Amino acid sequence: MGDWPFLTLTTFLPLVGAAAIMAMRGDEEAVARNARNMALWTSLATFAISLFVWFLFDRSSADFQFVEKHDWFPEYNIAYHMGVDGISMMFVLLSTLLVPICILASWRSITSRVKEYMIAFLVLETMMVGMFCALDYVLFYVFFEGVLIPMFIIIGVWGSGTRRIYAAFKFFLFTLLGSVLMLLALIAMYLEAGTTDIPTLLATDFAPAMQTWLWLALFASFAVKVPMWPVHTWLPDAHVEAPTAGSVILAGVLLKMGGYGFLRFSIPMLPEATADFTPLVFALSVIAIIYTSLVALAQQDMKKLIAYSSVAHMGFVTMGMFTLTTQGIQGSIFQMLSHGIVSAALFLCVGVVYDRLHTREIARYGGLWNNMPRYAIVFMIFMLGSVGLPGTSGFVGEFLSLVGAFQVSTWVATLATIGIILGAAYMLYLYRAVIFGRLEKEDLKRLKDLSPREVAVFAPLVALVFWMGIYPMSFIGVMEASVDRLMAGYEMPVIEDTPPLEVPPLEAPPLETPPLETPAETGDASPTRSPGESAALEREGLGR
Amino acid sequence: MEAAAVFLPFVGYLIVALFGRGLGDRASMAITTLGVNLALAASILVFIDVVGEGGPRTVTLFTWMASGDFQVDWALKVDTLTAIMLLVVNGVSAMVHIYSIGYMSHDKAKPRFFAYLSLFTFMMLMLVTADNLVQLYFGWEGVGLASYLLIGFWHERPSASTAAIKAFVVNRVGDFGFALGIMGVFLLTGSVEFSVIFERIPELADTTFGFLGMEVHALTCVCLLLFLGAMGKSAQLGLHTWLPDAMEGPTPVSALIHAATMVTAGVFMVARLSPMFELAPLALMVVCLVGALTAVVAATIGLTQFDIKRVIAYSTMSQLGYMFFAAGVGAYNAAIFHLMTHAAFKSLLFLGAGSVIHAMSDEQDMRKMGGIASMVPYTYTFMWIGSLALAGVGVVGVFGFAGFYSKDLILESAFAAHGQIASLAFWLGIAAAFMTAFYSWRLLFLTFHGAPRADEKVMAHVHESPPVMLIPLGILAVGSIFLGIAAYDAFAGYGMEAFWGDSIAPAAFAITEEAHHVPYWVKWLPLIVGLAGIALAWIYYIRMPGLGPRTAATFAPIDRLFARKWYFDELYDFVFVRGALAAGRGLWKGGDGAVIDGLGPDGLAAMTQALAARASRLQSGYIYHYAFAMLIGVVCLVTWYFFAVGA
Repeated sequence: MGDWPFLTLTTFLPLVGAAAIMAMRGDEEAVARNARNMALWTSLATFAISLFVWFLFDRSSADFQFVEKHDWFPEYNIAYHMGVDGISMMFVLLSTLLVPICILASWRSITSRVKEYMIAFLVLETMMVGMFCALDYVLFYVFFEGVLIPMFIIIGVWGSGTRRIYAAFKFFLFTLLGSVLMLLALIAMYLEAGTTDIPTLLATDFAPAMQTWLWLALFASFAVKVPMWPVHTWLPDAHVEAPTAGSVILAGVLLKMGGYGFLRFSIPMLPEATADFTPLVFALSVIAIIYTSLVALAQQDMKKLIAYSSVAHMGFVTMGMFTLTTQGIQGSIFQMLSHGIVSAALFLCVGVVYDRLHTREIARYGGLWNNMPRYAIVFMIFMLGSVGLPGTSGFVGEFLSLVGAFQVSTWVATLATIGIILGAAYMLYLYRAVIFGRLEKEDLKRLKDLSPREVAVFAPLVALVFWMGIYPMSFIGVMEASVDRLMAGYEMPVIEDTPPLEVPPLEAPPLETPPLETPAETGDASPTRSPGESAALEREGLGR
Repeated sequence: MEAAAVFLPFVGYLIVALFGRGLGDRASMAITTLGVNLALAASILVFIDVVGEGGPRTVTLFTWMASGDFQVDWALKVDTLTAIMLLVVNGVSAMVHIYSIGYMSHDKAKPRFFAYLSLFTFMMLMLVTADNLVQLYFGWEGVGLASYLLIGFWHERPSASTAAIKAFVVNRVGDFGFALGIMGVFLLTGSVEFSVIFERIPELADTTFGFLGMEVHALTCVCLLLFLGAMGKSAQLGLHTWLPDAMEGPTPVSALIHAATMVTAGVFMVARLSPMFELAPLALMVVCLVGALTAVVAATIGLTQFDIKRVIAYSTMSQLGYMFFAAGVGAYNAAIFHLMTHAAFKSLLFLGAGSVIHAMSDEQDMRKMGGIASMVPYTYTFMWIGSLALAGVGVVGVFGFAGFYSKDLILESAFAAHGQIASLAFWLGIAAAFMTAFYSWRLLFLTFHGAPRADEKVMAHVHESPPVMLIPLGILAVGSIFLGIAAYDAFAGYGMEAFWGDSIAPAAFAITEEAHHVPYWVKWLPLIVGLAGIALAWIYYIRMPGLGPRTAATFAPIDRLFARKWYFDELYDFVFVRGALAAGRGLWKGGDGAVIDGLGPDGLAAMTQALAARASRLQSGYIYHYAFAMLIGVVCLVTWYFFAVGA
């Protein structure tokens, strides 16, 4: 059974389902119903197959497992090469778990072009899973870029807002900019190593000067995906305009592509450059954590608030992995998984009330505890997960990342820890405004509590939040061997540069914000208050 | 047995949380109350075993996190310190559960309330049985969550949900320090487990490390960071502003969480980590100073409040200050002793106040009370007992109420400890003792004596509470009377080394020994100032009731300073709340909107459009435009040719 091509099956089964949906004919009603069922069962089957990967995975090995290799362009040394290690395996499961949940969540809310919507989602699943499994850089690149297309369409076609075209293009432009540079890096690495095989590239030593350029090119691509400050501004717009399930995949999986890219390419392949650029990453991560947390405090739109909180949480991820400590890297992977569950669930929570009332404005809600108690409890669990309460999944990743950071730089750890205060403030504010209070508005009184379908959507996520929080070893155990190897291949060049217990000088933010003058036309209607003062605050807070 | 003591409340919580609606009110209350009472029984057995034959022990449940060297287990560590805390937590919790059956009888969400109470109890038990810093942090944040839920229990009141958020966020400020402290300890010792830490720190006593660019004494630094956490949870000066607002929660919650147990977690933490604090004398001085200042500032505010619960809340804060300065001078046993007696008499006072509020149709303002002593005789008696215990009334060498033994031990220890901070703490403690007695009797006189100030409807409705509320009060009253004399020998007498074992730093025994030999006037002084405070309250509120307003008018600025709580709330609101919101809005509109998007995608898009427009204007379609452009091109080419080739 171990010889079965599980990864290929997991990757392409959704595509088969998509083809089947595409072949459907008949009256619209029937096609929609069949497409929904087909998509759900296909994605559930895919998830079931991916569970084999989970159970058959050898946790003691750091090698790539379930490897499949077939010639693709033999004359150029490019192959169809698939395989997972402890770092990528759980992202495959995260993707296959979230897709059926997304399809279930879209059951009622998507009513137009259902067939095309389901096709887009299944194609998206193929791209995501393929991306995490690919062991050939060209293959990886194809999937990595391929993800953009269905996502672009999902936001642009099924988006909810009036600015969805703007958001879709912004999303596309930002990510495309990074992709072009990544393609250049790909070509350069191919010319140097003569192959695009990732395991071979991992063993290749690149010259230091070349590492710098390669690192920067890859960084441009991955930083946009994460997203890191200051290339994060596409995310709030994309989330606000995307349909609920689109936001779920965006937050749940797509943001992890950047972090995964760092772990697969930048950190293991370019150790010298990574060591050089660590202060830059730290600075951007810390800025992201504090800056976006403050911005989240000021939001009036539920999705924007959660989107900004995502940027802050991903700041912990980039900070953790570039500490190059066991705790930091494991913490950052864990934080990505946890964020994949928690933020996905929070967007689903927004979706629940959005489906009922068709507004995301926080002020329109209040007092939902009274007529939606089940919803209130579910929302609270994920709110607490986002706040990082010990016992939920959010705590483990955040705390391990911080433990890693503290060993490298107390400045970074201290500033990042401020994020846990602000994180509590904005999430509790959101929760209070939506759930607590008196139920006064007439249209709110008519809202019904979670339906059984919605309970089914949330139940696995609730279970995971507690499982990951109370017994995280199920997940840390998977990544342990691979992270150790990552560190082992790494420690030599780094230890010389940064002795432990020493605080490496944290450079002033390289992308210093110029003085602010005019409030932007984009965004909501409320006027900007004293931009000069906040700019000063920002410099004070971020430039140490 | 310790598993039963810890997990029974959790079982009760789970059953009611999952099936509460199906079970109904009565079953939900019965299950949670039973769970906690059984846990109390189990903790009595654990206490007897641990202090007696069994000795301390640790039960490891399973691994929580293991990442490289960072190893954390779920474990139940039980030693004398924990066994005392188990008794205190389960004891008060059991009383509060029973009391709440009566107090919450009119509430419509009883299962939820009892589930929260049991969840809190479980989290607190996880906190006190932690064998490592991270599990301590788990319990720490867990009780914070339960406190958040219970303060905001009546979530339809905006003030309640605001207070709940405030409590959580201010505590998070403390937890910021706590979390950094844990990381620091791990960096220093390579472990977060108490026994390993204590084993390794003696050789680290002089280590320094770089923190925020400064080279600092490592243990002092981590102790201060951890103490920041303790300050948040125990409402010490600076991070105290959430505690009075937390009185928005139902009164049994105030008794359990905001008087007897959760707020003492900080004291427990310092005692638990006492071997580490002992190696950081500077940190201990800070603990001592903060405690002493809190004791006196909180007492001054308590003098001027009119809300009955707020008076007791400030009194709690003040008493927590006592516990901290006891810990700060190294008298950890005195701190825990006072923690225990305080749990009894302060929960008695709170629950008594709840009984008064119940009788007065939910009125909390003491200006609208008075003259009800004869109508609520039991409550009145219990409040007297609680106040006598709080003021520490007793005769040296004969008998005293519970607080008499523990508070005097603290003051004597502070006197015996050498150093300016310790003697400052002693005198501030004496001043606070005077004010404590004054505001306690001010409360008694305003509430029960004099002419009734409530309207007739309320007065007609005044009634004594049902037995289900009075019985727990009675039990706590017995504790408030006898707990001091009963426990004194074990906690601070000649058998104390055997009693405490390794659970606190041995420095405590030396300081206690010295405290036994302080001059006589030191032993009598607390009682004298206490009686003076009571007498002054009698003059102000019984003998010459007009004196109060006149004094307030004479010292108007001071009165205002005290009544407005030293302006902490105003300051924090202005600096942090508004500051953060303004920064957020500015960064959003200015940073994201104007700068990043303006220079980035939007600017690029606008520039592309502008260029395109200009380029399209070039294609005007007129031949002479094109001819002219070609002519210019030819001229340029020819010129270049002459210069380049000619040369």
